[in-house]
Amino acid sequence: MPQNDDVVPGRLYKRHSLAVRVMHWINVVAICVLVMSGLQIFNAHPALYWGASSYTGAGPIWEPGRFPGWITLPDVQWLSMGRRWHFFFAWVLVINGAAYWAYAIASRHFSRDLWPARGEWRTIGRSIVDHLHFRHPQGLEATRYNVLQKLAYVVIVFAVLPLLVLLGLGMSPTFDALAPGWIELFGGRQSARTLHFAAGAVVVAFAAVHVFEVFVTGAWNNLRSMVTGRYRVPPERAP
Amino acid sequence: MKGGTGRRRFLGRAAALAGGLVLTGCDRLSRTGWFPPILERAEALTRTVQRLITPRNALAKEYTEKDLSPTFRSNGTAEPDDEEYAALAKDGFADWRLSVGGLVEHPLELSLAELRAMPSRTQITRHDCVEGWSAIGKWTGVPLAAVLARAGVKPAARYVVFRCADPMEDTDESNYYESIDMVDAYHPQTILAYGLNGAPLPVPNGAPLRLRVERQLGYKMAKYLMSIELVESFAGIAGGKGGYWEDRGYEWYAGI
Repeated sequence: MPQNDDVVPGRLYKRHSLAVRVMHWINVVAICVLVMSGLQIFNAHPALYWGASSYTGAGPIWEPGRFPGWITLPDVQWLSMGRRWHFFFAWVLVINGAAYWAYAIASRHFSRDLWPARGEWRTIGRSIVDHLHFRHPQGLEATRYNVLQKLAYVVIVFAVLPLLVLLGLGMSPTFDALAPGWIELFGGRQSARTLHFAAGAVVVAFAAVHVFEVFVTGAWNNLRSMVTGRYRVPPERAP
Repeated sequence: MKGGTGRRRFLGRAAALAGGLVLTGCDRLSRTGWFPPILERAEALTRTVQRLITPRNALAKEYTEKDLSPTFRSNGTAEPDDEEYAALAKDGFADWRLSVGGLVEHPLELSLAELRAMPSRTQITRHDCVEGWSAIGKWTGVPLAAVLARAGVKPAARYVVFRCADPMEDTDESNYYESIDMVDAYHPQTILAYGLNGAPLPVPNGAPLRLRVERQLGYKMAKYLMSIELVESFAGIAGGKGGYWEDRGYEWYAGI
């Protein structure tokens, strides 16, 4: 994020470091594969339960049927291949995520750009209203993340994604033996499976809003900044 | 902003096209010979890390009677389509013998009565199917370690192969089989179960004897056991991947 005199409306400045750009696109690939192969795995038994087991006499809490092939990986019913994709890219997500955490903290990207400053917390209400009116920051204001944006990034990267990984591991019978009873914190293995699905849905919802905002705030400018690093400061709004 | 809308439309189309290509690409990659082995490398990483951080004898969670599933779901074969098996079942498996062979000092032929006379273990555990569901059952059986001790395992043995009575296809040599390594073979919860929920193991659940490997997924827990063989390598058996489902693309290490 900018701290120098280069940042003037109409000029390009360096918005994203190379490390952030590379890790961002690795994450895009990993999350797409994980969501689609996850739906493939879900399709092998398309029902969600609460508790330790699926057969308690209570029945499933949600039974939506199978997801269509165009949104699953592979496109046909093929559980073993879906699992191969899922677990390979789970490692990609975990390694990439750990690298991002280390980078964000060490480079102070987290404290400088992501964690809301003290005064910002009070602007949440206004930011919500601005978002609902599609009123986007212009000029120098657009060079910083707004408070909702910061919160969304922090919650997804530092809470939802790690929780998603833990819930996934909660389904591993070996992991259960490593720390007996820990998945009971989530309500049991089938609850962990249900919450893993729900957390995946949260990530998909985040991605949808994220891509939408990228488009409405200048697709070209945003995309360029995440590819080359250069972002053009939008001109000040006419008074 | 004519340029803006044109560019936006171009970007939208480019994104849709790229997305489409990537997805078709992923589906193509799944069907190539060279790509799946790259994905399969994750299995070794998962196994190595899980084995590294999990104590060798760490136990899978055991539940209580009130957690038992009302009926324990039968999956895969519910009744082996095999004349020899049908004849054995008719007599309550009185003539059935479990043969223990391969790299052992004393090959064994054990009857159900002999297995019941050996030390036993009862455990209420959760069965996790690769499909995603779980069921809880109470299993009673003889620890595999006790059977292996009686047979005397030779030092060269690295895997235990389990051969089953149920043919999976209409061809010879299509019987279900599985394999585990010595870490799981000697695990205290690894038992050859002859009882489920306090009754003799029913046919749909693998009568007269099935394997329980509680830290792995359900398909590892072979039903309708006929023989146990200690081997140095399973590369020469059937498809060479160590199990019926493994030969069809599933992981040999099913700890996740």
